[in-house]
Formats: sequence, C-alpha cells, structure tokens
Amino acid sequence: MSSAPIADRSFNPKGFFADKLRTIAPLLTLVALVIFFSSTTTTFATMDNAVNIIRQMSITGIIAVGLTFVILTAEIDLSVAAVANAVGITVAYFTIQPDYVNINNIPLNGWIAIILTLLSALAFGLVTAFGMTKIGIPSFIMTLAIMQIANGVSALLVRGQIAYQYPDLITTLGSKTAFQIPLGVDAAGKALFIPVGWTIIVCLIFFIVGHFVLTYTRFGRYVYMVGGNREAAEYSGVNVKLIIAAVMVISALCSGIAGMLGVAYFGSAQQNQFDTYLLDAIAAVVVGGTSLFGGKGGIGNTIIGLLVLGVVNNGLDHIQMDSFQKILIRGLILLAALVINVYVEKFRERA
Amino acid sequence: MKSPVADATEATVNGVQTPLIELRNVSKSFGGVVALQGVDFSVNPGEIHGLVGENGAGKSTLMKIIAGVHTGYEGEMRVEGRLVQFRSARDAIAAGIGMVHQELSVVPDLSVAENVFLGVQPVKAGGIIDWAGMKAQARTLIASLGLDLDPNTRVGSLPVGVQQLIELSRVLFSGARTIILDEPTSALSPPEVARLFVALRKLRAEGRGLIFISHFLDDVLEISDRITVFRNSRRVATELRANLDKDKIIGHMIGRGSAEMHMGETAVLNARQDEPPLLAARDISDGRSLNGVSVELKRGEITGMYGFMGSGLIEFARALFGRHAFSRGSITLEGKPAHFRSTAAARRAGLAFVPENRSMMLFRTEPVYKNVSIAMLDRIHKLLVKPQEEREVAKHHIKDLQIRPPLTDIPLGSLSGGNQQKVALAKWLTNMPKILILSEPTRGMDVGAKEDVIRIIKTLRDKGVSILVLSTEPETILTLADKIYVVKRGAVVSELSSGTVTKSDLLAAA
Repeated sequence: MSSAPIADRSFNPKGFFADKLRTIAPLLTLVALVIFFSSTTTTFATMDNAVNIIRQMSITGIIAVGLTFVILTAEIDLSVAAVANAVGITVAYFTIQPDYVNINNIPLNGWIAIILTLLSALAFGLVTAFGMTKIGIPSFIMTLAIMQIANGVSALLVRGQIAYQYPDLITTLGSKTAFQIPLGVDAAGKALFIPVGWTIIVCLIFFIVGHFVLTYTRFGRYVYMVGGNREAAEYSGVNVKLIIAAVMVISALCSGIAGMLGVAYFGSAQQNQFDTYLLDAIAAVVVGGTSLFGGKGGIGNTIIGLLVLGVVNNGLDHIQMDSFQKILIRGLILLAALVINVYVEKFRERA
Repeated sequence: MKSPVADATEATVNGVQTPLIELRNVSKSFGGVVALQGVDFSVNPGEIHGLVGENGAGKSTLMKIIAGVHTGYEGEMRVEGRLVQFRSARDAIAAGIGMVHQELSVVPDLSVAENVFLGVQPVKAGGIIDWAGMKAQARTLIASLGLDLDPNTRVGSLPVGVQQLIELSRVLFSGARTIILDEPTSALSPPEVARLFVALRKLRAEGRGLIFISHFLDDVLEISDRITVFRNSRRVATELRANLDKDKIIGHMIGRGSAEMHMGETAVLNARQDEPPLLAARDISDGRSLNGVSVELKRGEITGMYGFMGSGLIEFARALFGRHAFSRGSITLEGKPAHFRSTAAARRAGLAFVPENRSMMLFRTEPVYKNVSIAMLDRIHKLLVKPQEEREVAKHHIKDLQIRPPLTDIPLGSLSGGNQQKVALAKWLTNMPKILILSEPTRGMDVGAKEDVIRIIKTLRDKGVSILVLSTEPETILTLADKIYVVKRGAVVSELSSGTVTKSDLLAAA
C-alpha cells in the first residue's frame, strides 16, 4: 500500500480500498478464470456458452438471492435445496400427472396449485423463523432439521416415483424460451439465434428486487445493521427477531420458487434432484464476497459469486481431463476463493 | 523514596517476619498514562490486608502485577524474600499466589469435585481419573472452609456464595500462600458474607496472607488487619485497622483537605416534589442481581443511580428497556402499566437507552449518518430509505453536538471515543424520547468530551426529557443528578432528593 500524505485525516484510503476489495477480489477471480478457460479451450468463449452458463446458474441464482438476505444477518440457511425440492414436488403433486405416473396425488386448477404451493414454501419459512426466534434454536441446527423434514415431505409425496406435469405457468417459466438473440446467419444462410429462457428473466427480476430491497428500503437497512452488530441494533430499538424471522421466510420463498421452476427446468420432479444446489448457493454468496459474519456484501456480490461458480462448473467441462479430478479441483477453487474472502475480512478489520 | 503519607508499611501484625509479598517503589504506565506511581505494598503471613480506592485509582493494576498478568513495570517485587520477575500468571501461581476474581470462573455444569480440581484432576496409572480420591480430597478441602457439601453436587445449582468458596478451595489446592480476593462480597447476602469471613479467618490462622479488595468499606473494616488506600495511581495511606474508621478511609480516598476541589465533589439536590412520576418502577427483581429496585422518574429531571460494579445498575437499566427479564415488580409509564417485551416496544413507547459500552450501541464500519439514523428510520421513511435526509439529520446533530470531524460519511470507527459517545446520544435526539436512560455516560472520556456530554444531557433535561443516569462514578452522578438513588446489592438503600450531598455521602451509603 502506498502511504501518500493525506491532508484530511478523517479520510482513510486504506479502509476505503479494503471495503471495495470485498467486491474487487471475487471480480478478479472471475476475470482470471474466464481468461484461463478462454485460452485453454476453444469452446468456452462463445456467446452460446455464455448464455448457457447464465442459464445453468439461474435456478441457483434465485435461491442465492434469499440466502444473501440470511447471510447478511449472520445467519445461515441449510434447508434451501431441500425446501426447493419439496416445493417443486408439491407443485407437481397438485397437477394432473400422466397415467403411467403412479402417484396418489391431488390435481387442482393450475393457479390454485401454485398458490397452495407458495403457501407450503411460506410454511417452511415460518416454521424455521418460529424455531429460531421464539424457541431460540440456532439457525445452523434449525435449518438442518428443516432440511431433513423437507426431504421427508419430498419422499412422502412422490414415494420414489417421478412426476412430469406442472401448471402451465410453471412449465413456461421453468423450461420455455422467452426470446431469442439474433446472431446473424451461418455459412449456409440459416439464421442463428441464441434462446434466452424464462428462468434467466425470472432470476434477473429476483436480482433487481433483491438489490432494491436491500439497498433502498428501511427493511434492507435493518438487515445490514442486524448483521453488522446485532446487539447495537437491539439497543437502537430495532426488532431484531422480526428481521431474522423475515429473512428466513424470504429465503424459504425464494427456494420454493426456485424449486417450482427447477422441476420444470429439469423436466421431472423427484427426490434428491436439488442436492448440489445447497453448496452452490452458499458458495455463490460467500465467494462473491458477502461476509459470513454479516453486515457486508449484497446482491451484486452474489451475482459475481454465481458467475465465478458458473464459470468453474462450466469451464471444467470444456477441459480435457479426468472427470473424477474435476470434483476435487472444483473444491480447491472454492477453497481458494474463500481464503481470499477471509483475508479481505482481516485486511478490512486492520484498516 | 519515602512517600509523605500516613504509613504503617513497616508495621507487622505478628512481630518481625518476612512478608509473603513485598513491592518496593513499583510504577506502571500504559502508553504514557500513569496507572501506578511509586507504590510500596506488603502482605505478611497470617494477615488480611484490605485494599480500597475508587475506580481507576490503581488497585487492579497492582493486583495484576502481583498475579503476573502485567509483566512490564518499574520497581521490585519480592515473594517470601526472594526477588521475582514473573513472566506470566503461571509463574505467579507457581510462586504461591492465587486469585479469586469478582467474576467467578467456576463451571456451572460440572460437579463440586470437578471444579475444585479443574484442569488438574488426580490420575491413577494409565491416565484414568481417580474419581474416588478426587471426591474425598474435594470434601476435605471444602470442609476446611467450613462447608459440608456433597462433592457430586452440580455447582450451578449452588448459591453464589458457595460457588465462591469452591473457587477459593481451588486456589487453595493450587498451593497458594497468598490469596487475592477481588470484590469477594459484592454478590453475597449478609449471611454469606459472614460465612466467607469465617473461612477467611481460618486461612489467616493457617498463616496465609490475604489481600482483600473491596468497595464495601464496612466489609473491609470488619475483616482487615491493615488497610491500604489508593488514590490517583498512588498509595495514599497504609494503616492498622485499629487506627481507621469509615470516615477516615473516605477522607483518604477522595483526598479531603486537598486544595483542589474537582467537578462533582458535591451537589445541591433539588428534586421536584409535586409532579406525578412519568415512569415508576416498583420492586423490580430478577432473583439474581435485582432484589426489589423501586425508582421514580419525572419529566424534565435527571435521576441519578449510584452504586458499585455488580450492584445491579446494569441489569436494572436493561430491565427498563425490555432487554433484561425480571420475575417480580412492575413498571408504569404515565400512570399506565408498561411491560416491554422487546427493545423495539420500549423505543416505540418513548424510551431511549445508551449502554455503558459503546461497541454495544454503534456500528463501527458503517458511516456516521447511518449510526445516527438507525433508531428513527421509521420516522424518516415508511418504506424506502432517503439517505439524503438522513445525512441532513446527521449534519444537524454533528453541528449541535460538535462532533469531530464534522463528516457524515466516514466510518464511525474512525472517530475518537468521546465523539463516538456523542453519536450514540445523537441517535436518540431527533425525535425527542420521553425517557433517556444513560448507563455510564462519561466513562473513559477525556475532560473536554465529558463536559460536552454533560452539557448535552442538561440541555435535554431542560427541554423536558426525563433522564436516568446510572453510574459507578460519583462525580458523574453529583454533576448531573437532581435526585439520587444509591443502589447496593440489587436494592435501593438510600434516596436523596434535597439538600447538599457530597461524594463521601455517596461512598458511605453504598
């Protein structure tokens, strides 16, 4: 660090830089990864693949928005993937299934199915919130229990079967193309398009709303303050428990919606299909630079984190290597990103 | 160097013998701030040496030097005649010095025997804990302090006084010949104090040396053979018990007769007699720290609550603000019953609270203006935040309270302590609270900042706010209060609402 003399003592350039570093570090990680994969493979750096990466991350993105709220308050939600799975299965459970699907389900009108399903997501969130704020169970344990309960609900609803039908709206949003980006024509004179799926649009809306709420609303301010110093928020007369309860409900609703779109995106609703989403969502939030100790970060960081994760997941598929090594390498890259995050935190504390 | 003070340093109780502990001309400073200056101090075998002085007079610095916590100091220390230079608390323990802290370090979920032998369980061959031996030894040790107790009892289920004796027996087991007791009676009921004194006299009879640090002058006078008084980092007197009484000790503590009369040495109280109280707390008890505290706060009046550390002030302030549950008693606000389940409810009812520790109240990494606006966001905006308005409000307070530097957007952590305290106050001032509760509002502040804060508090009083100031510093209370409650062991022991009150009155009452 340079130590140029600063006239105004109150301005702390080191502190200012350290704060930005939270965003700069993951951004540099992202750039480095993109350069690496672009230079080592020919298939990675294409427009097609870029949209592909974004599509692959869009369901995770919706979950990560809710999780960002939770992590900003210095809590954690381990039930996101399980709740997504249970809610995705619930929406299928309320939809007429083909004859060959042997599930004893309750078909309902599409809208009623969606509303009931949303209520089930809300219920998961409320139970978590109640356990944490009224009974006083730490979020780590409470959401671990909810994870198991949600997995249990999934198991009971499908009983090892697979469902394929969802309300029309869900099918559209989860699996249909919203619009196409024209890319000109190929050598044969055929017009080229890149399809942009509805999941990407929905995910973008969640980003925008999430960012808006966190940055421009009173509730968002409370989320940051509760995460920044819970005791101080309490002594300032902020209803800390209400804020904690609210972020847990938001997380459950985001997970639920991601789950509904996810089953349509996958084309099937079955047990354990969201298992990798828990780690991805948490990793995206934290790798993006949102502090696990709360109070610092935001949706912008989460977007960067999602892109880092998306690039790693996707990029490794373009490299010629032992697929069994990829799992390990992915873990190592995540570890490196987390180490950077912790060092930024320490650097910031000192500054 | 001979200090010009009343002196019984050389006097011994049992004739000529080698002191267990002897310090000569010991000085210690922290980054330029002198904490101890040229102190002589000794403890003899078979002696209880009382140590008194106001907060910050240097008692705890001295104890930490003896206990090996502070290692760098000037002067010399001898243990049983041997010159020593401890490098850690471990060295001090090995040299036979034990300490019982005010905050007990027993483990509530372990048994009596396990607590006595914490960390040094006797083992049989193969590293297996010798439970039978441990229990038998524990029983003997505790019995030697006059306690008949099943060693299997869970310590958490025992009264504080007994827990303290268990900690004392742990110190004894470590082989301590000199034992430092820091505020040992502050949490004890009178019969428990009596039992502790029986145990301490037994230890004295065994030839051990005890250092008894306390704010409770009656206790010190009852148990001590010699008493040393500290004031402003110096030892101002060491005298045999027989030559002292409470008035003399207080005189030494506050330096009566010295030409300098400090701010807040005396106060003329003038409480409002006529008006009904704005807030009345009756008989607030929590079964531990509070034993029936009753106070009345009036509009446009500063109520002071004075007490020693551990007297229940901290808990009482939190009980009023909905942060500390109480099992008995009631609060009425403007004549109507009020029981706040959360700090948010208390705030909505018009209460404001600034805790004694700034870090409990402020967001270090957030800009100043967000720290100011947090307690009134719901008044500035319904849904969306308006940072520009928040900055305007903050600017207003920065100017009003002379917060330096006068910037709204720098992180709070870059401000000095006194300015941080002003920000903590500022957050409650935009929408005037009905009742402002201030715990230790001037602690750790330099004189300039202290005066600023006192001026701000008085201005608020004149604007009609009812203010409750809780402090362990008599000066703060005397400077501010219109009415004073003295709190001792979780109960109000004295209510002063008119006439002249001096610092010695407060010290004598508490």
